[in-house]
This record gives sequence, structure tokens and C-alpha cells, in this order.
Amino acid sequence: MKYTVRKFDAVIVGAGGAGLRAAIQLSEAGMKTAVLTKVFPTRSHTVAAQGGVAASLGNSDEDHWHWHMYDTVKGSDWLGDQDAIEFMVRNANECVIELEHYGMPFDRLDNGRIYQRPFGGHMSNFGEKPVRRSCAAADRTGHAMLHAMYQRNVKVNTQFFVEWQALDLIRDAEGEVLGVTAMDMETGEVVAFHAKATIFATGGAGRIYYSSTNAFINTGDGVGMAARAGIPLEDMEFWQFHPTGVAGAGVLITEGVRGEGGILRNSLGERFMERYAPNAKDLASRDIVSRAMVTEINEGRGCGPNKDFVLLDITHLDPETIMKRLPGIHEIAVQFAGVDCLKEPIPVVPTCHYQMGGIPTNYLGQVVVPQGDNHSTPVPGFFAAGECACASVHGANRLGTNSLLDLLVFGKSAGETAVNELKAGARTHKPLPAEAIERTLARLDRLNTQKDGADVHETRLAMQRTMQKHAGVFRFKDMLKEGVEKILAIEQDVGRTQINDKSMVFNTARIEALELDNLIEVAKATIVSANARTESRGAHVRDDAPNTTEHPNGRDDKNWHKHTLWYRENNRLDYKPVQMKPMTVDSIELKTRAY
Amino acid sequence: MTTANRTVQFKIYRYDPDRDAKPYMQDISVEIEVTDRKLLDAMVRLKVKDDSLSFRRSCREGVCGSDAMNINGKNGLACLTDMSSFPPGKPIVLRPLPGLPVIRDLVVDMTQFFKQYHSIKPYLVNNDPLPERERLQSPAEREELNGLYECILCACCSTACPSFWWNPDKFVGPAGLLAAYRFIADTRDQATSERLDNLEDPYRLFRCHSIMNCVDVCPKNLNPTKAIGKIKELMLQRAI
Amino acid sequence: MKRIVVGAHYGLKDWLAQRVTAVVMAVFTIFMIAAIAGGAVSSADAWRGFMAHRLVQIVSFLFAVSLFYHAWIGVRDIWMDYVKPPGLRLTLHVLTALALIGYAGWTVQILWRL
Repeated sequence: MKYTVRKFDAVIVGAGGAGLRAAIQLSEAGMKTAVLTKVFPTRSHTVAAQGGVAASLGNSDEDHWHWHMYDTVKGSDWLGDQDAIEFMVRNANECVIELEHYGMPFDRLDNGRIYQRPFGGHMSNFGEKPVRRSCAAADRTGHAMLHAMYQRNVKVNTQFFVEWQALDLIRDAEGEVLGVTAMDMETGEVVAFHAKATIFATGGAGRIYYSSTNAFINTGDGVGMAARAGIPLEDMEFWQFHPTGVAGAGVLITEGVRGEGGILRNSLGERFMERYAPNAKDLASRDIVSRAMVTEINEGRGCGPNKDFVLLDITHLDPETIMKRLPGIHEIAVQFAGVDCLKEPIPVVPTCHYQMGGIPTNYLGQVVVPQGDNHSTPVPGFFAAGECACASVHGANRLGTNSLLDLLVFGKSAGETAVNELKAGARTHKPLPAEAIERTLARLDRLNTQKDGADVHETRLAMQRTMQKHAGVFRFKDMLKEGVEKILAIEQDVGRTQINDKSMVFNTARIEALELDNLIEVAKATIVSANARTESRGAHVRDDAPNTTEHPNGRDDKNWHKHTLWYRENNRLDYKPVQMKPMTVDSIELKTRAY
Repeated sequence: MTTANRTVQFKIYRYDPDRDAKPYMQDISVEIEVTDRKLLDAMVRLKVKDDSLSFRRSCREGVCGSDAMNINGKNGLACLTDMSSFPPGKPIVLRPLPGLPVIRDLVVDMTQFFKQYHSIKPYLVNNDPLPERERLQSPAEREELNGLYECILCACCSTACPSFWWNPDKFVGPAGLLAAYRFIADTRDQATSERLDNLEDPYRLFRCHSIMNCVDVCPKNLNPTKAIGKIKELMLQRAI
Repeated sequence: MKRIVVGAHYGLKDWLAQRVTAVVMAVFTIFMIAAIAGGAVSSADAWRGFMAHRLVQIVSFLFAVSLFYHAWIGVRDIWMDYVKPPGLRLTLHVLTALALIGYAGWTVQILWRL
């Protein structure tokens, strides 16, 4: 197979929120930048974010970034790195204001300022009472944001390669990153993008689970590529299950619904969250609400003929408010739940939503790996931001609206760091190692010539069912162990997938097979890391680590207050300490988490 | 509501330039389950049966705009089309969006569509010094953008418009004009006059003859014709 | 060189004119229907007398001018849509315009010879 080489100052993989934000930075600085994206930018999954983006603007209630920082650390169950968290929350206002300046159509308050609504886990005065911190454009914040950022990129003339599937990261013998190989989906042509800086903004991999709020495209491409290139993956055992996915369909219902006053009810009509989180109630953080819902269902208080969902009730709200603040939810309820939410409650279940872990980075957006004594040595030329990266600001559980903030702040900072390195002349076009590209071509060749292989759909389905069953909302020691074996067996099938369609033109069967190569890396990282972590923390809760006086909530800080690093090679695990020291303020000390 | 699986017949436009001399209609059926509410669910099953069927899809909830196609003669999103909306016993006919070059099967080349979108300068223009905080906008001013900013660029409207079929290189089309009005209507934008100049053209704007096909097909229930009317109204105000 | 050029900076006037002329034609049509219903054309002589009226001549002239202007825009748009070579298109535009101007003159002749 032949390939061509194209040279750029920087190549960005992914054109969702983080990729577009990084691209603005590079284009404005006049860098020759290629943005590769497998879907047209506005089709990236940021578009589906609903509720808002967190920033302590204080437009409705008194607010402070330090309170936001406290909430984020607490939400993370103290697994988030406090320097990165401080960086994120302190840059929140600036990044949101920038979006407004780009033209994002935020909802407005009577005084003309950006409308803010309450969201789970966001409190004032270090956990005292809910605060309105989520800046929203109705319930289409992600859509409004993604389009505003795409439009800004049109203004600054960013060069997009639309419908190009990135295949592999190119690293040389010293471990430096020199770009990516990618395929033009329309022609099947393979190109090596030779870059001085490579930024991954490829999003999450929610599609490793059977039931997910994620789009079909959320296949962890960047995470998989990084893993294949020998980069460890951090904290992959932590997956957020969003409390309110439409039962059956999986489509997301924003937490903003509860922010506007929506209530979760069980089959008895009881507002059960009062029992689990007496203070924050329905606005406790997502892991807690999801577990409460599953507990209600497991104890027989689920609704419907199979008692397998609970109800999200907004019928007591003013219909005008619903149509003004949550018009998209009304549409989703009608389309995917078949109910008019003005009159009937919506059936919901916890649904896989967000990957807290990812490619390890620092707050500058540089990808960092252990080297010698330093557990966070930057990989030259490699950056990552957004859901594919782990800065780590979300730790063991992400707060709602912190994801859009994450992609803004770290998309910008990764772009800025890359610009600084490029301007300083710190990076050159080092020669491309031929072997790295050969590996990609061999992988494509294997797929094209495979005979008597495994079916892509069946293999993916087996992986998704296994992950759903063995690494879901509640995790069980024996199930995890068994799950590891099952996933490793499925990995064998992934290595021999076969496609019938060999066309070079827009071959989506080939793309799905290549995506599965990435998904399986994420699935392995997740279940191996989860199996090893024998405590409960945030979204990772195990039966053999129950709530005891010695270990409240099952959390074992003595042994497990550390980040997991999973290496693809032999599924090796390593660990690194949590950064407890913020940039300027005092450390937020370990404490039992309660809402 | 039925509870059993059922078989659904399809007639699908197929064309792979790598393999086929010319396009043809493929007859294919697939068994769907009760939980397959939407056309896209059925199409995903079709793809399992015949992996060479190519179509775009992503969010499966009607916000990304990927899976626009011509369904039984009318443009729409597969993920928002109910399987129960089809008359039983008749095959469901799927074709690519009309008026754009076909890359393969149901995948069309949208270059021309996006070129028109880009031609209206789809970004906020405001040359005042940037304030430290957000620019202020009253709720009423913000309300002007409702029905405009929600466009998902799926191209259902433009590819249902005969004026766009005929002059895709010169007529901006309903999606682009809706976007143009989105910025004209934004109190923060200062380029109204340039935007109107940009559209004052027998082709770019005035090829719209208000037949409202765009309104009829928009999966987000937006009204490009109304927005186009408002642009013309503003031009008139400016001229007299 | 093959380059798509747009941005002629006209269109509003034509769009407006098409609507105004349509209104004129609609009003005239109603006026004529009313006149016919009122017996203005019960005989050839009555019709001749009716048309000889100065006011009728003026509104008839306005109708004809509206019709020709309306037709100019419509026919021009058809040439623009279907005739691609610029030379041929320009020729057709000129011929159309000349024909319509000719018709207008002819109309005057008909109306005022009474």
C-alpha cells in the first residue's frame, strides 16, 4: 500500500469542542494547522451536550471559583489533581466570556447577563447549598457552543480535513510524537500527517457499553491510538453513568431538568433521593443519584411492567418554563420516550455517559508519562484535551457541566502550549520513522485480506454486553475477574475481524472495524483497572468494598488514593500519586463525601 | 402496539463507484424488534446484514444532522423517523438527498451546501473593543434568535428546494439564508449592512420563490422561508 | 477561465416590482370583472364606449405596463436559469426587453386610437 506525506506545524485530531477550541488558538497564531475529523465538525458529539457549562460568573447567586474548586474536588472523590482543577475553575469565566464574544447565543437574565441554572454537586460556600453556576443556552448548550466555535474557526480560516479517520500515532524511537496516519474516507487514501505538534481531541468511548448516551462515533479513537503507541491510560475504571438516560433508547435527558425543579420518583411515587442525599436531594452528584436509582430498582421499586426504570417528573413545573428552558427535552421525550413530559413523567435509567479517565495530561495539555523518577514527564510533541484526556480534573466522578468547561479550558491550554513551543522553535519536523507507518499499513492490510475472521458487529456487541454486565453501575469482585477474561478473549476476535465490503469509497464497514480496534483498548483498560482497584470511589463501587466505619463509602485512601496507569503491553498496571497541592490556594484535604 | 418482531421491506438506492457501473435500487428486507422505534435502528440492522450499505449517522437523537436522506420521497432524518409512521406492506424507499452529487449509496457530497453556508460569513462580527464581561443582551433580544440558531446543517431543506437544485452554486439556499438571518437578528452583530449587501443579488437571495418545501421538511421545525422574508423586509426598509 | 460569479447587487427592486405589478394586475382584474358584471361590455358599442373613457384608458395602460414589467422579470429569470452561455443569454435578454417595449408602444396605439 502506498501513502503520501503532508507536513503541518500542528495536526489536531478531532473537531469537537476541545479540538475546535485548540484550533482557534493555533489558527489565530498563524500556525499551519490541519484539523482531522471523521465527521463534519458540527456533527461531533459536543453538539449533544444539553445543560450548560460551569463558571462562577455569579450572575444570579454569589459565587467564587474557590467554591467551584471545592465542589469539583469533592465530586471527584478527591481523585482529581488539585493543580489542574484550580487551573480549570480559575479559567472558567474567561473561557465562557470568550464564547459569548464569539457569538454563542446564551440565554439571558433580565439584566442582560448570561443565564445560569443550578446543577448537581455545584454548591456555594464550600458545600453549603446549591448555587446557580451552569451557563446555559436553553437545553442546547453543546449545540450552541459547538456551532459558535466552528463559526469562529471559519472566521480564522482553519483548515479542516473532514471525514478523515485517524489511524495511528507516529512516534519515533525516542518516543517523540511526529504526527498521525489517517485515511480519507471518501477515497481510502492513506496520508501521514507529519507535524511538530499533535493534539488529540477525539472524545470519549462510551460505545464500549451496550447502553450509552454517546453517539455512534464515540469510539475512543485517540485513546486507542495512544495505547497502541505505548502511552499509558489513566483512571480508566471510572465511567460516569448519567442518572437520566431515556429507558430503552439511551438518549440523554439533561441534569438541567432536575436543576429546573424536576424530581425522580420510584413506583410508589416517592421522592427517593431525599433518603440518599438529604441535603442536595435530586441534585446530588451523578454517581450518587445513579446508584440510588439502581438500588431502588434492585429493591423492587422500579416502574413499568418489568420494574426496570424510575420516573423523572416535571409535570409540576410551569409548562411555559419547560418550553422556554427545556424545549429540546420536550422534543426528546416525545420522540424517544413517547411521552409528553408536560403531562406525564419520563422513564429514565442510569446510562453510560462519560469517560473520566483517558490519556494522562497536565494542565498545560501536554501528555505526560512516567519516566525515571518523574511520573509526569511530557511526551515531546504530544498534547491531548477534552474527554479523551485525563488532566485529571474529574477524578472518580465528574460534576455536570464540568465537561464543557474541561474541553474549553484544556482545549485552549493545549493549543496555547503548542503555539508557545512552535513559536519558541522548540519543535522541528524530525524524520518520520518508516516502521511506524508500516504498522498502520499492515493493520489495514490484515483487515482487507482477513479470511474466516470474526464479524465486526457480533464482536462489538459481545464486548458491549460484557462491559455492561461486568463493569456497570455496581461492580462485583467475581464479575470483574470473569469480565477481564471475557474481554481478553474478545480481544482475540478483534484481532481477526473481517469485512465483506472491500471498496475504497466511503467504506463505513472498514471504518467500524478500525473503530473496534480502538474500542477494545478502552474496554481492556477499563476492566483491568477496575478489577485491580479494590476500593469504592466515586463512580467505581464494588461489593467487596462496602461502607464501613473504617472505610466510609468503601473508600480506602491509605491504599488507593492514587491514579491508575494502564499499559497495553501485557495489561501492566502502574500507579501515580494524586496531586493534592493546588497552584495557589491551600490543599483541600481528604474528607468523607456526603451530599 | 405489536410485541413480535416483524420483517420490513426496503428499496434502497445503491451506488459504489468502485464497483457499480451505474446506480440501482436494491430490494432488501430485515427483521426488526419492537425496540427498534426509529428508521435508523432498522438501518443499523440492515448494515449488519449487508455491511456494504453506506450511510452517515452519529448522535441518533436528531442534533448532529448526519443521517439526512430522502425517505419515501421526502427528506428527513432517519433517527427521528418513526418506523410506525410507514404504511404497512409497502417497501420503505430510501434515496440520497436529492440535488447533490452521490459519493456512495446514501452518502452525498455536501461541499456545495457548506460552501453556501460559509458564503454568508457565519460568524459574529463586532468591531467594538471587547468588554471584560459578556456583552449584554436582553431576554427579548435573545429571543429573536430562537428558531434560527437551532439549525443542525443536515441539508434536508436546501436539498428539497428546486431553486437550490437548479443553482446550487449561486443560490445560498434555505439553510444558508437561515444562518444569515441568525446573525442579522443578533443585536451583538454589527455587519447587518454588509450582510444585506452580500445577499442583494438575483441569485443568492432572490431565487427563493417562497414555495416552502424547506419548512415542510425541516426536522427541527424551523422556518427558513420566514427568515428569508425578514431579510427581504430589512432590505426594503433600507431602500425606502 | 471558469469562475462562478455572483454579487450583482440588484434584485430587491425587481422583487418589489414583481409584487407591486402583481397587485396592480389583480386590482385591474377585479375592476374589469366588476365592469363586465355591470354590463359595460353588453354590446360592442358599449365596450367601445367604456374603453374610450379616459380613466379606463389610463388604468388599462397601467395594467399593460405592469404586465410587461412583471413579464420582463419572469422571462429574464427563465433565461438566467436555463440559458448558460452569456452571449446567447444577453441576446435573449435584449430581444425580450425590445419585444416588451414594443408591446407597450403597441398597447398605447391600441388604447388611444379609440
